[in-house]
Amino acid sequence: MPATTGSRTRPAGPPGLRNLTHHTLFWPVVALVALLVANTIFSPDFLSVSILDGHLFGAPIDILRNSAPLLLVSLGMTLVIATRGIDLSVGAVVAIAGALSLSFIATAPDPGSVSTVIIAIAIALGLCLVLGIWNGFLVSVVGIQPIIATLILMTAGRGVAMLITEGQITTVTSAPFKTLGAGFWLGLPAAALIAYGVYLIVALITRRSALGMLVEAVGINPSASRLAGVRARTIVWTVFALSGLFSGLAGLILASNVMAADANNAGLFIELDAILAVVIGGTSLQGGKFSLSGTLVGVLIITTLTLTVTIVGISPLVTPLFKALVVIAVTLLQSPRVRDKLAARARQRAARPEEVAA
Amino acid sequence: MARKMWMRGTIAAVSAAAMLALGACSSEPASEESGGSESAEGSGGDELISIGFSQVGAESGWRAANTQSIQDTLTEENGFDLSFSDAQQKQENQIQALRSYIQQGVDVLAFSPVVETGWDAVLEEAKSAGIPVILTDRAVDSEDDTLYESFIGSDFVLEGEMAGEWAVEQYDGEGYKMVELQGTTGSAPAIDRKEGFGTAISGSDIEVIDSQTGNFTRTEGKQVMEGFLQKYDDIDLVFAHNDDMGLGAIEAIEAAGMTPGEDIKIITIDAVKDGMQALADGKINYIVECNPLLGPDLAEIAQKVVAGEEVEKRIVVEDLAFDQEAAVEALPDRQY
Repeated sequence: MPATTGSRTRPAGPPGLRNLTHHTLFWPVVALVALLVANTIFSPDFLSVSILDGHLFGAPIDILRNSAPLLLVSLGMTLVIATRGIDLSVGAVVAIAGALSLSFIATAPDPGSVSTVIIAIAIALGLCLVLGIWNGFLVSVVGIQPIIATLILMTAGRGVAMLITEGQITTVTSAPFKTLGAGFWLGLPAAALIAYGVYLIVALITRRSALGMLVEAVGINPSASRLAGVRARTIVWTVFALSGLFSGLAGLILASNVMAADANNAGLFIELDAILAVVIGGTSLQGGKFSLSGTLVGVLIITTLTLTVTIVGISPLVTPLFKALVVIAVTLLQSPRVRDKLAARARQRAARPEEVAA
Repeated sequence: MARKMWMRGTIAAVSAAAMLALGACSSEPASEESGGSESAEGSGGDELISIGFSQVGAESGWRAANTQSIQDTLTEENGFDLSFSDAQQKQENQIQALRSYIQQGVDVLAFSPVVETGWDAVLEEAKSAGIPVILTDRAVDSEDDTLYESFIGSDFVLEGEMAGEWAVEQYDGEGYKMVELQGTTGSAPAIDRKEGFGTAISGSDIEVIDSQTGNFTRTEGKQVMEGFLQKYDDIDLVFAHNDDMGLGAIEAIEAAGMTPGEDIKIITIDAVKDGMQALADGKINYIVECNPLLGPDLAEIAQKVVAGEEVEKRIVVEDLAFDQEAAVEALPDRQY
């Protein structure tokens, strides 16, 4: 049933091209390519990748690495939104993960040892999982609306992070921890390998098993899916737990990237970027059908956009406006209604000369 | 089902308790009002000076040092009774704190305004209650400057100028190309430091090839610097409006296979501990201090105001500047 939403009647035309331009991801991908082209115009060797000290270096690599935290957060967000939920607490969880891991490393006797770093990562991820489970509990068991349930942690979470860091920006020197955000494995940024690895695993699990379909079922109609035998509560609980865990991982990468835990600014407004990435990717905020590949494109657009502002040299005063215009353009082009209107107008124009000739 | 009911019941009880607690909080200032005004009349003379201080928040290492300085100076031994509150970067919290201090009838009000505007009403209240107000660190944008006694803080334009003058002294004549990492767009330190630096380097051959905001944070400083490094391959100098963005730029420069402080010179402002460490390590070339130790000045002005003496409207805190050798010497004794 949900597949029939939106009008599917189209005028005749070359079918291959039409299918392509009507694909949900067509316009987001066009936007991404346009951004890359714009960057290449302003900086001709933008897309070139060179080898530096045994690893790859260049703007595309920067984009891959900088997209890692947002991709992780958006991945959790996609699943949560697919169940009709929303998770506003991701930014606070990012801050808590960074604060906890760096505070642990800073007070450890040997900050540079691998075991210290592994324990720090485990503790931080463990707490973030618990925070995610807490959100899931409030939503699935207690029945609080997701936006309210996660708002609690969104506002309280930064306070918790601040308590952990005692109001300071915690800085550490620890080579193994730095690898996570700024290091390279096999010539590629470690952060990107982790994030894209997690992405692939989640994509495989949701699309190769029934899990993805069950998540969509819960999002489309929770009561009906429960009556049909789907454990709606467990699924909602799981996606919130995963969102917490992924946000924690994103927080570790962000903290490791600059080797500092900034309770106030780490992951600030990342929840909005993540929701935006999910929406650009074509997942409806009403829940139900979700698109992980769409989220990936959305994340890449947002990350590239940030770099574009610098490369194109947009004045800081108009940066928010520029970003808003790009987003508005992408979402409008994606909207079936706007596209139909534009197409109808184009058809009218094309039709008029014919009438005169007849 | 029974379990569910129990859970709902527990949550209802917890939230009811929270409501009660909130109610208790909000009724507190009213009850203190009656008791407070009496004690206000009683104080003064050789009694302790009661001072209500509303801090911006705890957003940076700089702010933490600032809070520490105020709490360590305004002690009972020094003749002060300090009430301290943290506004968590929200103006409404700060206005609420100021109102409750006015109701308590403190001798002096002091605060670092979160934003520049919107203070006239609460400052009028303080004025009509006869409580003198001292601003620290940040100014208010008000046409009526009788609303406060004095403003103690650094001169951001001067900080920018000091940084710029050093750059000219060191690098003029070499055709340096510079990029600038600005602070949060529209904030006073960002505007003033940019202006001061610009004035100081005008006439030299240092060329500002680009300027972009890094929002005073390390993450954004790093991202913007990455963009600059992709865009230009001939950057010689970075001027960052605070240490944190400079530290982010260091990460980006190192990732690009260059040596910060050598291949690309870095000048920043603030002199927090991490910045000073990087300066001592040779990764930053020059730091202009933005002194957070405002406690002693505040104590002196508060005493003068209470004693009825004239005070200056603007007190500029002396800022030092450090090059790499000075940083190595100063680092062991730094309080922040």
